[in-house]
Amino acid sequence: MLAGKPECIATQYTSSNTHREGKTLEMDYQTPTSAEDAAGLLSKDGAHVLAGGTDLLVKLRAGMVAPKLVVDLKDVPRLRGIENDSQGWRVGAATPCAEIGEHAAFAAAWPGVVESLELIGSTQIQGRATLGGNLCNASPAADTVPALIAAGAVCEVVGVKGQREVPVEQIVTAPGQNSLARGEFVLGFRLPNPPARAGDAYLRFIPRTEMDIAVVGAGVALALDAKGVCTHARVGLGAVAPTPLLVGDGAKALIGTKVDGGALKALAAAASAACNPIDDKRGTVAYRIKVAGVLARRAAGIAYERATSRK
Amino acid sequence: MNDMIIPDLVERELKVVGTRPLRPDGMDKVTGRAKFGADMHVPNMLIGRVLRSPHAHARIKSIDASKARALKGVKAVITADALCDLPSEFVPAGEMMVNFRDITRNVMARDKALYEGHAVAAVAATSDAVAAQALSLIEVDYEVLPHVIDVEKAMQPDAPLLHDDMYTIGADPKPEKPSNIAKRVEFGFGDLDAGFAKADVVVEREFTTKPVHQGYIEPHACLASVSEDGQAELWCTTQGQFIVRAFCAKLLGMEVSQLRVTASEIGGGFGGKTVVYLEPLALALSREACQPVKMVMSRTEVFQASGPTSGAKLWIKVGATKDGTVTAADALLKYQAGAFQGSPVQPGAMCAFAPYELENVRVIGFDVVVNRPKVAAYRAPGGPIAEFAVESVMDEVALKINMDPVDFRLKNAAKEGTRAPYGPKLGPIGLVQTLQAARAHEHYAAPLKANQGRGVASGFWFNIGGETCASLNVGEDGSVAMVVGTPDIGGSRASLSMMAAEELGIPLEHVHPIIGDTSSLGFNFLTGGSRVTFSSGMAIVQAAREVIEILRDRAAKLWEVPMEEVEWVDGHARFTGSGEAKSLSLVELAKTAGKTGGPIIGNAAINATGAGPSLATHLVDVEVDPETGAVKILRYTAIQDAGKAVHPSYVEGQMQGGAVQGIGWALNEEYIYDDKGRLENPGFLDYRIPVCSDVPMIDTVIVEVPNPNHPYGVRGVGETPIVPPMGAIANAVSHATGVRFTDLPMSPPRVLDAIDSNQAT
Amino acid sequence: MTKHHVETTVNGNEVEFLCATEQTLLDVLRDELYLTGSKEGCSSGDCGACSVMLDGRLVCACLVLGVEAQGRKVETIEGMASGDTLHPLQQTFLEHAALQCGICTPGILVAAKALLERNADPSETEVRFWLAGNLCRCTGYDKIVRAVLDTAAQMRGATSKSGKAAKKAVTEGA
Repeated sequence: MLAGKPECIATQYTSSNTHREGKTLEMDYQTPTSAEDAAGLLSKDGAHVLAGGTDLLVKLRAGMVAPKLVVDLKDVPRLRGIENDSQGWRVGAATPCAEIGEHAAFAAAWPGVVESLELIGSTQIQGRATLGGNLCNASPAADTVPALIAAGAVCEVVGVKGQREVPVEQIVTAPGQNSLARGEFVLGFRLPNPPARAGDAYLRFIPRTEMDIAVVGAGVALALDAKGVCTHARVGLGAVAPTPLLVGDGAKALIGTKVDGGALKALAAAASAACNPIDDKRGTVAYRIKVAGVLARRAAGIAYERATSRK
Repeated sequence: MNDMIIPDLVERELKVVGTRPLRPDGMDKVTGRAKFGADMHVPNMLIGRVLRSPHAHARIKSIDASKARALKGVKAVITADALCDLPSEFVPAGEMMVNFRDITRNVMARDKALYEGHAVAAVAATSDAVAAQALSLIEVDYEVLPHVIDVEKAMQPDAPLLHDDMYTIGADPKPEKPSNIAKRVEFGFGDLDAGFAKADVVVEREFTTKPVHQGYIEPHACLASVSEDGQAELWCTTQGQFIVRAFCAKLLGMEVSQLRVTASEIGGGFGGKTVVYLEPLALALSREACQPVKMVMSRTEVFQASGPTSGAKLWIKVGATKDGTVTAADALLKYQAGAFQGSPVQPGAMCAFAPYELENVRVIGFDVVVNRPKVAAYRAPGGPIAEFAVESVMDEVALKINMDPVDFRLKNAAKEGTRAPYGPKLGPIGLVQTLQAARAHEHYAAPLKANQGRGVASGFWFNIGGETCASLNVGEDGSVAMVVGTPDIGGSRASLSMMAAEELGIPLEHVHPIIGDTSSLGFNFLTGGSRVTFSSGMAIVQAAREVIEILRDRAAKLWEVPMEEVEWVDGHARFTGSGEAKSLSLVELAKTAGKTGGPIIGNAAINATGAGPSLATHLVDVEVDPETGAVKILRYTAIQDAGKAVHPSYVEGQMQGGAVQGIGWALNEEYIYDDKGRLENPGFLDYRIPVCSDVPMIDTVIVEVPNPNHPYGVRGVGETPIVPPMGAIANAVSHATGVRFTDLPMSPPRVLDAIDSNQAT
Repeated sequence: MTKHHVETTVNGNEVEFLCATEQTLLDVLRDELYLTGSKEGCSSGDCGACSVMLDGRLVCACLVLGVEAQGRKVETIEGMASGDTLHPLQQTFLEHAALQCGICTPGILVAAKALLERNADPSETEVRFWLAGNLCRCTGYDKIVRAVLDTAAQMRGATSKSGKAAKKAVTEGA
């Protein structure tokens, strides 16, 4: 990759759209056809995963990464596709978001998760972007992560030593860093079958109506009993801390209530209190703290509506 | 060269002008065939790249390119000494002046890098990868200097100085010490104190605006080829191939006629492609390598090193009586120029109060250099910044005296005979008509709900004429090749060929427009200042009339009658004398041209004058989310005087496009810098231009108050549409929230903060 | 080997090219296959000027590696018209003056075609959100959105007409 020095001026100002010649470059590309092979390749020094490529290619162009090997996972079995049985849902980690959004039964089961993945970039980006990539890229502002956290999604993590299951909220450890060991990758996501009278929702705030990175994202999943009392709730927040958050106090504010005005107010306060944001080009600390509460409250309202309208 | 065409306002029934035919270049653009700046490939082509400063302000102590030169595949490496150093000399470029001393330093830093992204060296190599590697081998020893990017800080006596020899022009007394203030301008007349003394209400406010980029989707790109004998060809995306030729020849020490410049299709310009960046570098690299060199900017480079327009600090004071008469208007404008002098503060100062008839008015403006990229023209350069502030204050004055803002503007509107704040008396203009159309529009009476607000603002822009050549070549089959020298950005090939067809009286499909290269026509000033349909249109009309003279003469010869007895009607020569009626079509005359006197061509070389200002009034409804500060544009109506809309669809397109650029400027677009003077958002992800889902349909009303100086009454229409939106939206947001907004952009965090602060007090 | 040998299908034609790993599909289309109708406005997926179809899915060619095209089907603006017959979107864009400079036009046409193939009767809002990844700086989007809605209506009309005609023929045949 260029001069192999990501910090140098030349790569900072990487130009584009021109012919690139191979012989000065040493970036290999492999398409493993089994999880074992993929894990083996990813264990190599300088290996980088390619799923949808919507983050990797931007980083390559900007000179932010210089992998020696790009491992394209799309031919690995079970990385693509959506399945459902009595145990719940399984979504292949490299299934393009657009494909997930078109799955009517999944969209009916987890509308909030689908809302979140339909907010990633543009139609074009959604044609390529994947849940696995959105999570493992480890951006604090990834849209699908708070929604998946709220949904209680669990990752199937595969490596040379085999497979393990990890809750989504335990994957991202810091901006750009995840808890996967070398050679490990996410094969799929497992989500429960939502019970009766359950609903989820995801809202994010961006300055435009599309195409921006979340300034704040809030996902809420909840379930009600026959009397309309909240028996289960999970609240996820994005872009308000170094990692996406599972807000336990947010869930506490809802459980045992009828998700009324007082509960929603308490949820907003809990969401705001959980924030540990920064000032940056996308928003201020004060703005993010306030809007996190607003969005958590609004998302809970939508989730509640969905729960009450679902038999 | 004619200085002016005698106005001959057409009163006959128009057959082509005013209709909506398909554009002649449309097929290429919907099939992907059209060739833009980066779409050219030639044999033996090298790829050029630019090394840019990572510092906002640094002295360049040394540049060692020996390792880069030694790299296999590198064919040329240049630094500033490959270009001529030139003395300080101002020449006009559109509505702005340029200085060759500064141009040569802007395209390649000489002693100092003055902004992040400032070019310091360039290479050409056999591939992009080799070129990139070569850049990493160039060693530049910088002495980092303190920088300044804020306009008011740059004006302080102790501010870091960008240029040791900059003494404020226009300051009295003449300054003894250099400063970052390049220029002071002042316009106005009357007695301000007396005017404010008469006022029942005075509103005084400060405003800020941020630099915004033109945001054309096509990055700068060019392909240069210099042969061993110094003959050169250049293909590039530009608003003016003749300006590129002039600038490049000067920077490379060439004769202009040695250099042939062809304008590619241009993927948006908005003023930003009126200057040179890569073109002189590509020529210098090609000259050194004796091979063609292609260069294309990345989006990052476009943001860091081209455009934008000024950010500014503004102060406005307006007084009025209770009956709604403005008694005095005063303004102080401080515009960032970027690293070199030449902000559009002068045109900004001239048009700040131009929509109004005033007795007592003053505008003072300062042009201030800062460590940011040198500003380039952006659609009505300078106007939108000043008029945003003025229109906000006018709205507040109207509110204070309980007067409808449209009525208030009507009461004070500039009209024919009004003395403009910058001096001359205005000719016929259509502001009153746009205001009347606004008041009568259904939009203006539509109900609003909670958290919604309506804003209105007007806007003025001069428009320009300038040097223009055009030729009409009648082929032996009667088809007409129309050659003009002004690149077509938004449909001018359609409007110009329509005027040619109208004059000649032939079907539009027989007129075939071509944008000529610099060897095919005399000098043409660039596509800018909303001048093309006006100036090239004038030249086309003149060339067509020359063709008609020749055709009448040929018919007279064939019929053996005096030419005075031959008239040109509906594409035919007609005998008007006594006797048998005779008629010959253009096609018939063209077929026999070889026998009647040779090829038939019409040429025009004019300096078009008499451009008419275009005025507009915009209405906008917004809804503000009081919990997030998000502003949604609910409804938008743009009303503008076009003089005459030659192709109404493309006039509407200019109005709609300008309005949406203005929406971006008002709500989300801004350059964000870190504390080291580095741009934090050099990409379309965080430099947020409006996307399709951000905006509603933009309704338009075209008003036609003919410009008496143009054969069809044409005014320029391209620039005025970006003048009113910021004022209109700021007024609408203020009405929706009850808080006056004075700082652009009105991004959600700023709006929410203002709402919350207001509720706290 | 320093370059990958890739066999793929572009606009129905089988093509082969060599490319380095980091060359994007857009680089390959423009600089190896000289299909310059797909434009590069940002190379980061933010402008949509390089929109193409990859195995029937709308993507930004700048965010796909050239080597990923192996064995797949790519459709670009150059393949949108058939012979000298424009796609209805292309024709309607001309009629509505839905382009000014034209740099975004190829990407918008490809994206709009993908929309109409999925949704024959989109609302204005659906058109606007579908096209949100295609930046246009000239038009303010108004005439683009109108052109897409009008084309959809035309195509529905044509479909229902031909559907009726087919039905009629069957009836008559019976």
